[in-house]
Amino acid sequence: MNVNSNSYTYLFSVVMVVLVAVMLSVAALSLKPAQDANIELEKKQEILKSLGVHVAREDAGGAFDEFIKEQIVLKGGQPVASPEVPAFAINMADAVAKPSDQREVPLFIAERDGQTFYIIPVRGKGLWGPIWGYVSIAADGYTVTGATFGHKGETPGLGAEISTPVFTDQFPGKKLAENGQFQGIAVRKGDASGDHQVDGISGGTITSVGVENMLNDCLKPYIAYLLSRSASTIPADATAAPSDTLISAL
Amino acid sequence: MSQTTTKSEPKEALFSKKNVKLLSDPLNGSNPVTVQVLGICSSLAITVKLEPAIVMGLSVLVVTAFSNLITSLMRNLIPNRIRIIVQLVVVAALVIVVDQILKAYVYDVSKQLSVFVGLIITNCILMGRIEAFALANTPWKSFLDGIGNGAGYAAVLIIVAFIRELLGSGQLYGYQVVPESWYIQNGGWYSNNGMMLLPPMALIVLAVLIWVQRAKFRQLIED
Repeated sequence: MNVNSNSYTYLFSVVMVVLVAVMLSVAALSLKPAQDANIELEKKQEILKSLGVHVAREDAGGAFDEFIKEQIVLKGGQPVASPEVPAFAINMADAVAKPSDQREVPLFIAERDGQTFYIIPVRGKGLWGPIWGYVSIAADGYTVTGATFGHKGETPGLGAEISTPVFTDQFPGKKLAENGQFQGIAVRKGDASGDHQVDGISGGTITSVGVENMLNDCLKPYIAYLLSRSASTIPADATAAPSDTLISAL
Repeated sequence: MSQTTTKSEPKEALFSKKNVKLLSDPLNGSNPVTVQVLGICSSLAITVKLEPAIVMGLSVLVVTAFSNLITSLMRNLIPNRIRIIVQLVVVAALVIVVDQILKAYVYDVSKQLSVFVGLIITNCILMGRIEAFALANTPWKSFLDGIGNGAGYAAVLIIVAFIRELLGSGQLYGYQVVPESWYIQNGGWYSNNGMMLLPPMALIVLAVLIWVQRAKFRQLIED
């Protein structure tokens, strides 16, 4: 057999490609369930982290069921009765691509130490790729109690610092509304003050601006709903109290 | 490359002296990283901590061993004109399988290694060993050569990661080894060397490693 003839070369390539394709498909399909389970647990772990609950990935499933009491889908600021996709499975990348009043977005309602928290997923653009995170909000519907951020590939030491406590620890206590109107959180260059500003990352300006845009874009559609919900569930004089005790607890 | 016609050699013990040399040579005298200076990029990128370095080392070891073995098994069937493509397909398929397994079972580490697992494909050690060794040698020898070279690469990675993690973050394999009370913020005198966490220091650590090795084994010095 002449291994260098044209017909043999073609035959060899075809057989090789088919064999490799079959082998890779089998590997990919058989490992998919384990990979998806990891991704789901990581998401649960991140959601809990914004709530101030730190658990190992293996325990995230159980802890998630323990703390998260309700998952609802909002569209245009109103709950959707029977959503097509359940809240947990919503793909935020697809959701934020739509105009904000047409999005179906998830809201996770958690209970910790007898207090209610609202956890909102956010997603936006950094310098090099997507950035995302979870923001937890107190029962009053506008006081931030925690935030976590993740990123695909921001610059290490600069933009990537958004996922470190140095940045995220500034969020607890910030307010998303003023007199019942939405007011976003501005990411400032080192002169942050008051309830609506945090300091950005020096050298990571574009990522910092990305965080600001992401927060404003993703949080705004929720505020009216959260404020009305909190007004109907807790008495007016109790709105200010929880946030302070909470923040010290975090 | 000339046709590889394997004449029936006299039976050789599985771990004869020559075969053991295939395993041990790449650990020192012909180390793929420090002597042949191959696979430098990945050894700079993932040596900040020991754990990813060990996983990367093992992944490369598995891929070099099996790509050598598979290529050697079909060395007489591969059409000469497309042999580089065939080698690439073998390596790429193995790397994809390794990547999928890491994602399924050691998800955290696979996230840290990110693109570098995929980039094993471009690691010169792999193509180098297949082209230079596996195409002309029997499967068992090629397999040993693959393990030897993979281990040589892993050893360098682990040494560099050991030094960088110890000096850069005061930890080993994620465990604190420098006593907390030594640190300046706790009233001590010690501070981690932040430079060690940056890629250029990997290059310098590697260079020092090469220097030490050549000072000790003078026959490695060229002219």
